[in-house]
Order: sequence, then structure tokens, then C-alpha cells
Amino acid sequence: MPHAKLPRKSTNIDMTAMCDVAFLLLTFFMLATKFKPDEPVVVVTPSSISQITLPDVDIMLITVDSKGKIFFSVDNKLKRMDLIEDVNSVKNLGLTKEEKTSFALGSSIGVPFNELKAYLDANPDKQKEMTTNATGIPADTAVLAPTNELATWIRSARETNAKVRICIKADGDASYPSVAKIIKTLSGYKIFKFNLITNLKAIPPGTAAYQDAHATEKKS
Amino acid sequence: MAELDTSGGGHKKGPGVKKSKKLSTRIDLTPMVDLGFLLITFFMFTTTLAKPKTMEINMPYDDKKMEEAEKNKVKNSCALTVLLSKSHRIYYYEGIGDNPEKAPDIKVTTFSNTKGIRDEIIAKKKMVDDMKRSQQLTEKDETTVLIKPDTTSTYADLVNMLDEMNINDIKVYAIVDITDLEQGWIKITEEANGIK
Repeated sequence: MPHAKLPRKSTNIDMTAMCDVAFLLLTFFMLATKFKPDEPVVVVTPSSISQITLPDVDIMLITVDSKGKIFFSVDNKLKRMDLIEDVNSVKNLGLTKEEKTSFALGSSIGVPFNELKAYLDANPDKQKEMTTNATGIPADTAVLAPTNELATWIRSARETNAKVRICIKADGDASYPSVAKIIKTLSGYKIFKFNLITNLKAIPPGTAAYQDAHATEKKS
Repeated sequence: MAELDTSGGGHKKGPGVKKSKKLSTRIDLTPMVDLGFLLITFFMFTTTLAKPKTMEINMPYDDKKMEEAEKNKVKNSCALTVLLSKSHRIYYYEGIGDNPEKAPDIKVTTFSNTKGIRDEIIAKKKMVDDMKRSQQLTEKDETTVLIKPDTTSTYADLVNMLDEMNINDIKVYAIVDITDLEQGWIKITEEANGIK
């Protein structure tokens, strides 16, 4: 019986098409990406039905962890230099140029003013370690109290950048008095409007907000 | 100097010169694809596509110069005071509790979806609407919720409560400091219910 001989096919496949796809996706992700900001501590925010998204620029972020420690950061890299210079002159910290640059390139601050110089002198790895062990920025319910260092930060940040929006990102387990200190400080500066960062949750059915959301959906 | 080929277009080469082998233009793209996918994976993990959501909040305008009389404009009949306390418990009573002699009827509830604080807020809203219809309250009056977190409550309680305001479409609400009187009332209620 004659045996049909199958021609041996090459195992090489044309990779060009796959390469095209890979780089197309790569381009997409590179352009769409925005790196996760460096977070000083893990914060689990409570959920709300609010759907307002956080603006991209000019944010002053006050982070509160579950133990009530306060961290402060400003996202605009260009304004950070102005901010530290302002703080330096107000508080007479005597920071050098290198320390100021270190602040401008860094992220959240969670140390009181008396430790700030040492913190900015340290290398990034040491800074991270110091942030985890930090006591947080001291705050008080009275704005003008000398112990209220958060007030100094807020005042300087608002002076160097008038457009700044204030956001509070607090852990759900943080006690109310620690958050109240921030709210009191803000209202001391006549700031009554600010944002609280929350997770998104579904609107419970049968409520006023649910009916409202569905009424607008039908119209559009 | 330079030598010119003067052989006149003849392609014949000497016997020792070999014809150079034509190389294939195909290159193996596999490593390139590997690299591509590696980078994709990296960008996929570092990217944040979902932006964080925020809740806007307006605090009541707090001015020391403001007259005390102006502050207490809230009518007793359209107010509901909510006291947030430890282990996510909520104490609430009708009115603003401005009578120190007579403690209001304080009730306890939770943030649960059914039979929680939400039902109470809806009931209150309905009550105010009914009173508006029967001319007991004017059109200008709105259901007002006073949120008073005590020192043992957490930030999550506050956000949940503010969220309830949005969920139930309560337009007038305020975060107010708890008074010593109210903390005393919580204590009495706790003792009466045997809560430690």
C-alpha cells in the first residue's frame, strides 16, 4: 500500500503580526498610564455614592491613617519648591538648597518641623523608613496654636498656589477627633468647602438618590 | 590612487572570487515580542485607570461674630439630631435638643440598609412634607439633620452619615460639635440598655 508522505512543515511562524499587536498595546498603555502616587501609608477609605472624580492638578492631600497620623502632600511639583521656601522662612528651619530640592522631588511629609531637616537630609530609602515610623504632622483644633503645624503647611500651600483644592483622604477607622482637628483647622482659615476621598458604592434602590439617578438616565 | 575597473562591464570574476551568498531579510522577532509583552505587563500593573472619587462637603459658615440668635434658626419640628457613637451605633432624637431640663426621647439604631437610620430619615422627611401640606410649616422650611459625632466615633461613621444625606436627598445638614449634655444623654441611654 502506498504511503502518502506528508510534507514536513516548518515550525517557524511569522512573528511580525504578533509583534505589531504587542507594540500597539504597549503604546496604548504608555500613553494612558499615570503612575500610582507614592502613598505614605495604607489607607482604606470609606465608600459613598458620590461620583465626582478627583481633579488632576493642584491638589493638597491630607492623609490620615487608621491611627490618626496626619500626612501632608501637594501634587504640583513646580509649586513644591515655593512651598518649602515659604515654610522655611516662616519657621526658620535653615534648610539648605539640597534639602529643599529633596522636598521638591519627594512625596508626602509626615514628620514634625523639628525632624524635617533630618528627614530631608536622608536618602529616599531612609525617608521611607522614617515615614513609616513617623508620628505624623501635629495638628490642633485651634488654628493659631503653635503646636498646629498642619496649619502652617496649609497656609503656605495656599499662599504659594491659590488654585489649590483641599482633599482629605482618611482611613475609615480613623477616630473622629483626629479628622475633626483638620476640619477645625480648615474652618479656622475660613475654608468651608473641601473634598473627602471615598470609594464608589452602588446607590441603594428605593431611595431618593436612586430615583433621581434613574430619572436622569431615562431622559438622556 | 583609485583603481578603475576597466574590464568593460564584464561580470566575470576571477576563479578565486566566490559569489556572495544572499542573506535572508527575515529576522527572528520572538525576542522582540517577548520584550513587548514584558513592557505591557509592567505598564498594566503600574497604571491607575480608575480615578479616585471624592465627596464634596460644605461646612456651615462658622463666624465668631455671628449672633447666637441667628444660629438657632432651625425649627424644632423639622430637625433631626443624630449622635454618632462608638461601635458604629447611632443615637437620634427629634428636634435640636435645646431644652436642658427635659431629655428628648433618644433612640438607638445602626447603619444597616433596612430598619436603620435611613428609614428614620425618610420618615422624618415625610413628616415634614406632611406638615408643609397642612400649613404647619412654611414652604421655606426644610428637613434639617444635625450630625454630631462624639469622640468615640470613627471617620467612616461620618462619611456614612453624609452619604445618607446624599442618598435621601436631604438638602440641609450640618456637622456640629456634640454638647456635654448630649454625651450625658448617650451615657444614660447606654446604661438603660445595658450597653458597655
